[in-house]
Amino acid sequence: MAPDLRTRLGNVELPNPILTASGCASSGRELAQFIDVSRIGAIVTKSVMLAPRAGRPTPRMAETSSGMLNSIGLQGPGIDAFLQRDLPWLLSRGARAVVSIAGHTVEEYAELAARLSDAAGVTALEVNISCPNVEHRGQVFACDATDAGAVIAAVRARTRYDIPVFAKLSPDVTDIVAIARSCVSAGADGLSMINTLLGMAIDTETMRPVLAGLTGGLSGPAIRPVAVRCIWQVREALPDVPIIGMGGVMTGRDALELMLAGASMVSIGTAIFHDPSACARILRELDDELARRGIERLSEVVGLAHEMKTSGRAKGNVSRPA
Amino acid sequence: MTAGEPESESGPLQVRGTVLNVRKVDAYHAITIVAPGIAARFKPGQFVALAVGGPDTSMVLRRTFSIYDVRPDHGGTVEFVFAAGGPGTRWLAERRARDVLDLTGPLGRPFPVPRDPVSCLLVGGGYGSAPLFALADRLRERRCSVDFLLGAASGDRVFGALTARRTGRSATITTVDGSLGVRGIVTDMLGQVIHEARTDVIYACGPMPMLRQVTALARRYDIPVQVAVEESMACGVGVCMTCVLPVVGSDGITRMVRSCVDGPVFRGEQVRWDDIGTIPFDAFGAPGWESRARRGPRQPAGHSGASQAASRAAGQTGQTAAARLPGPVRRPGHGS
Repeated sequence: MAPDLRTRLGNVELPNPILTASGCASSGRELAQFIDVSRIGAIVTKSVMLAPRAGRPTPRMAETSSGMLNSIGLQGPGIDAFLQRDLPWLLSRGARAVVSIAGHTVEEYAELAARLSDAAGVTALEVNISCPNVEHRGQVFACDATDAGAVIAAVRARTRYDIPVFAKLSPDVTDIVAIARSCVSAGADGLSMINTLLGMAIDTETMRPVLAGLTGGLSGPAIRPVAVRCIWQVREALPDVPIIGMGGVMTGRDALELMLAGASMVSIGTAIFHDPSACARILRELDDELARRGIERLSEVVGLAHEMKTSGRAKGNVSRPA
Repeated sequence: MTAGEPESESGPLQVRGTVLNVRKVDAYHAITIVAPGIAARFKPGQFVALAVGGPDTSMVLRRTFSIYDVRPDHGGTVEFVFAAGGPGTRWLAERRARDVLDLTGPLGRPFPVPRDPVSCLLVGGGYGSAPLFALADRLRERRCSVDFLLGAASGDRVFGALTARRTGRSATITTVDGSLGVRGIVTDMLGQVIHEARTDVIYACGPMPMLRQVTALARRYDIPVQVAVEESMACGVGVCMTCVLPVVGSDGITRMVRSCVDGPVFRGEQVRWDDIGTIPFDAFGAPGWESRARRGPRQPAGHSGASQAASRAAGQTGQTAAARLPGPVRRPGHGS
C-alpha cells in the first residue's frame, strides 16, 4: 500500500510534500536534466528581484563540516526575464511554481507581488525576508517583527487572493515565534523555515576570511537540529499555520523528522548540490519511511511529535506548558 | 557525436560508476570508472562531478574533474587525474577496484574544434594538461597539427610529458626548478613555440594566472585562444551560482557567468582576467547597473574590428576564428 502523500499549499493540492529550496534549484531547468520536475511537489525558484543583480564577488562558497557557507548575493536576471523565460518554461514542463521574491524596500516586495499576480500560473509566493546576504545589513526584515510584518502586509495586499503567501523566516533571531506571529497577523498564509544561519570561515593558511563577502549563509545537515527546533516552537505556538520546513534535509528520514516537528511540506536545498536528483530520491525514501511504519496518509505525521499521548520518552526537552 | 542530436542524447547523466582502478601517476592520481553513458557522450574539455566521502558523508559538495580519457572497454570508461590535496581528493585516492561512486557528467561546454586543418598549440599547467590529450586526438582526426607546451613546478608535476613527446608534432616542457625540460614557466616559451610551430589556434588549461598570461600573449600575436578555466564549484550542474566569473558576451556586455555550464571553455579574450574575484562596475546587474546601461554596452577592447567580428561569429557557432578565416591565416609578427 503506497501512502497518500498529498498535501495542501493554500488552495492548491500538491501531489507530494517535497519542494526545492529557494536558491538551490535556480528556476528548475538545470535539474530537469536529472529529474522530472513535474513529479515533485513544486519548484521553489531562486529569489527574484525587480532588477538584474550580479551578486557578490568570488569566492562565494566554503565547505564546512556537514554543511557549506554561501555568499551568492541573490544573483539573478530580474523579474522581467523571469516572467519572460523562466516561469513559462516551468509551466510548460507541468511543474508547480512557487516564486521566491526579495527586495530592498517594502514597495519592491509589493511590486514583485503585483507583477507575479498578473502572470498566470504562480502556485504560491515565498517572501524571502531573511536572506542575510543582501548588502544593506540594516534591511534584514526577518530580524524585526514590525519590519517583517510590514513586508508581508504589503505583499498580501498586492497578491491575488487565491495565491498563498508564505513568509520565509530567519533562525538568526532571539524569538522566532514573535516574528512568526507578526507575519501571520499581517496576512501570511504560511511560514517557511529556516533560512541559512549567518556564519564565517577563515583560511588558516592565508589567515584571511575564505569568502569574498566575509560572511555567508550556513546550510546543510549541520543546521537540521536548528530547523527542527524552530519548526517545533512555531508549530507549538501557531498549530494551524502551514509550514514549509527546510534546513539540511538529506534523506527521507530527515524530511519525516521535520514533518513530525510540524512541517506539512519540506524543501530540499544543499542536498541538491550533493545529488542533483535528491528531490526524487528523498520523495521515494519518504514514501518508504511512511509505508514501513504503516502510515496511510502524510497528514497523520504532520506535527505528530507534539502529541503527548505517545510514549512519554523524549518529550521533556523543549519547555512547554503542561 | 554531432551537434544535430537531441538534447536528451547529449546532456549530462547521473550514474553510479564502478571503479576499475586508481593509480599513482608521478605527483598525481588517475582513476578509471566504468560509466558507459558518460563515456559515450564525452567531448574533450568536459568534466565530471563526484560525490565524495560515501554514505552520510560530512562533505556535502561535489568535486569536479576534467575528463582525461574515455575508452570503450567494459562498455565505456571515464578516466580523470587529480591531486590528493584535500580531504575529498584524499578519500578518492583511497578508492579501490569495485568501489562504486556517484558521478554526473559529461558537464560543461567542450573545446570547439576547427573545421579546417590548422596548426594547434596545446598549453597545459600542472595536471591541467589532462584534458588536452583527448582534445589532441580529436584535432588530429581533423588533420590539425598538434604541438604541446606543458609546464609545472617540477618534473613530477608535468602531467603527460611522455605522451606529449610521443604524440605531438613537437613538445616543449618547462619546469620552475629545471628538473625537466627548460627552466622557467610556459609563458616564457610561448612566443618561441608559436613562431616555430606557426600556430593558428591556442588551447590552454591550467591555473588561472597561467591562462591569463597565455591569453595576453595570444592577443599580442593575434591568435585565437580557447581556455578551460578552473573555478571552484559546488554542484557542477549550474544551480549553485558559486563558480561565476566576469565574461564579455558577443553583445559587448559583461555578465557574471557560471563556469560550469557557460564554460569551462571560454575564448580567452572574453574573460576579464583582471576583474576575477570582483563584480566589475559595468557588469550586468552590478550595483547601479541600470542607470549606466543607457549609455550603451562596453566594447571588448583590443582586437581589430575584422578579427573581432570573426571571433564573434566563431563564438556563436563553436568554430574558432582561425578555422573560419579564408586563405592563409594571419601570421603574427614576433617580438612585438
